[in-house]
Amino acid sequence: MGTMNLHELPVGAPARIVEVRHRGPQDAIGQRLGELGFVPGEAVRVVGLGPLGREPVAVQVGFTRFALRRSEAERVQVVVDPAEAG
Amino acid sequence: MNAVVRPTAEAVAEPLRIALVGNPNCGKTALFNRLTGSRQKVANYAGVTVERKEGRYTAPSGRVIRVLDLPGAYSLQPKSPDEAVTRAVCLGELPGETQPEVLVCVVDATNLRLHLRFALEVKALGRPMVLVLNMMDAAAKRGVRIDRACLAAELGMPVVETVAVQRDGAHALVELIDQGRITPARGDVPADLHAETSRLLRVAVQVPPAVTRRDDAIDRVVLHPVIGPVLLTALLFLMFQAVFAWAAPLMDGIDAGIAQLGAWVGAQMPDGPLRSLLVEGVIAGAGSVLVFLPQILILFFFILVLEESGYLPRAAFLLDRAMVAAGLSGRSFIPLLSSFACAVPGIMATRSIQHPRDRLVTILVAPLMTCSARLPVYALLIGAFIPERTIAGLFNLQGLVLFALYVLGILSAVVVAWVMKRYKATGEEHPLMLELPAYRLPSLRDLSLGLMERAKIFLNRVGGIILTLTVLLWALSSFPAPPAGATQPAIDYSFAGMIGRGLELIFAPIGFNWQICIALVPGMAAREVAVSALATVYALSASADNAAEQLAPLISAQWGLPTALSLLVWFVYAPQCISTLAVIRRETNSLRTMWLSAGYLFALAYGAAFITFHVARAFA
Repeated sequence: MGTMNLHELPVGAPARIVEVRHRGPQDAIGQRLGELGFVPGEAVRVVGLGPLGREPVAVQVGFTRFALRRSEAERVQVVVDPAEAG
Repeated sequence: MNAVVRPTAEAVAEPLRIALVGNPNCGKTALFNRLTGSRQKVANYAGVTVERKEGRYTAPSGRVIRVLDLPGAYSLQPKSPDEAVTRAVCLGELPGETQPEVLVCVVDATNLRLHLRFALEVKALGRPMVLVLNMMDAAAKRGVRIDRACLAAELGMPVVETVAVQRDGAHALVELIDQGRITPARGDVPADLHAETSRLLRVAVQVPPAVTRRDDAIDRVVLHPVIGPVLLTALLFLMFQAVFAWAAPLMDGIDAGIAQLGAWVGAQMPDGPLRSLLVEGVIAGAGSVLVFLPQILILFFFILVLEESGYLPRAAFLLDRAMVAAGLSGRSFIPLLSSFACAVPGIMATRSIQHPRDRLVTILVAPLMTCSARLPVYALLIGAFIPERTIAGLFNLQGLVLFALYVLGILSAVVVAWVMKRYKATGEEHPLMLELPAYRLPSLRDLSLGLMERAKIFLNRVGGIILTLTVLLWALSSFPAPPAGATQPAIDYSFAGMIGRGLELIFAPIGFNWQICIALVPGMAAREVAVSALATVYALSASADNAAEQLAPLISAQWGLPTALSLLVWFVYAPQCISTLAVIRRETNSLRTMWLSAGYLFALAYGAAFITFHVARAFA
């Protein structure tokens, strides 16, 4: 299965982070995402979507849950992880 | 074993300075409360609006330990003023702040992947350091097993376990600190913190699968696109019900107590300016502030429970998109909610909004939320001018008008925020990245310490300002004394009276007579004072319990409905509160912002009251 960004990931689907795309060389948001645990290889799962326009996205990464706006979630490229399903 | 322990040479030595450092939501503040109890001092760091919390405790050896509770941080590469302070204090680079001798890094044992990464950043500073595995009870319950000895060996520093919410839960930490000899950690920190964290977790921690099952179940309901907002609305409804219904008996009690105190003091003293200052200035002035304490404490009780349980960030999640559309942020929700009790704590709560523009807009619209000080004014005017009638067989007309005034404030805030967003659009991205912490039961101890802290701040700061101003305004309305044989109420001859007459020139176009103008002057200190000031103007006793009851028929006979409606609308907007302006000035560190806020609120108030007055007159 191909990669998609975190904002497109269906709720509850187990996935793995492939890449976090920084926007520009001084991307504070990209850097902070890394500090929060959004790094390649980590398991992620969408646990909820905001009531208006699927925004923000509630994401489980590691043992922690974060609310990300669409532009933040779109930086994170993921691949659905069938090994973790079920 | 009650022998008095003589302090040893070591015990009388300088206090040891330690600092608690850790991620937000690691239970650091609960641990701080556990260590220091109520021996806490809350202030700001010099020159910045970041809260500085310090406390102290006496170790078993008799040595005094000073504990600094540093702001929570995700990283030492700071992205917010809070994180910048934490970094600067740890490095000893913050002017006016001594570098702590020991860093106590607190991690939530159930959230090690995130928190250990930060602990490694702290270790890299090379300071004497201890790692505290907090919330060990929750970790054990979820089946998280941590090999403490292995972790200590790998990290090269002492590792202790705590349960901050349990009595004696910080025992191991207190013992360790008391033994002294805490040194910088051994070993280097690899460059890839994340890989190192994963390695530590592999060698020292066992986590069963599906540790998030409970939170998943709760979040399926709380974050549900339909049920979530319904639940939030129900919670808010319950909260406002509580603020207004539960607080009433307590407020009546305080009111009666103040009146009795005033009467008692009045009876003990000869008539004269000193008695007038004490009874009408100090006691009545302090009383008019104190009476709001129950409402504010009930509101903060709800906010603290929602915050400690982990719900508030979820409310911000649900509302974020709608608030962004209005030019705010989901994070603005908590400060605006507090502003319904009082804009002062609301504006102080904007500190959690990282983006400067979002924070500024939230501060500027916070005074539009209907605070509890407007209620006495609304109650007087609605009671006097709006007939008690049932509309559509269901709604009480007076209640509807009150509700409309609340809605008017909220809608105006939305419009103002939206306009400011157009005007100050920067095109840059405003981050949310909000942690939704694990759900937990709030502890009674932390709740009561939180409430006490709020009560102290409210009484000290607001009380101080309001009391000073009330005394000043008392002087303005008492001097000069009326000449012999005066026929008008004393206030007519006073400085306040002169000011009122002068103001009438400005306010006549919006329908205010000179009596209202006089009442607006003391109403600057606190809105509700306008009621007792009106009573004074109409030659009633301001200290009478039932001033409002006597006043209602008088003003309904003398004012037209357009004037009353205009005054109601005026109070929705007018910057009639010096404490709010003072707190805006302090929190933004900018006189310009304070004047901007006062200016735009005044313009809105004048414009809206003008339209209301003339439209109402056209229909009347």
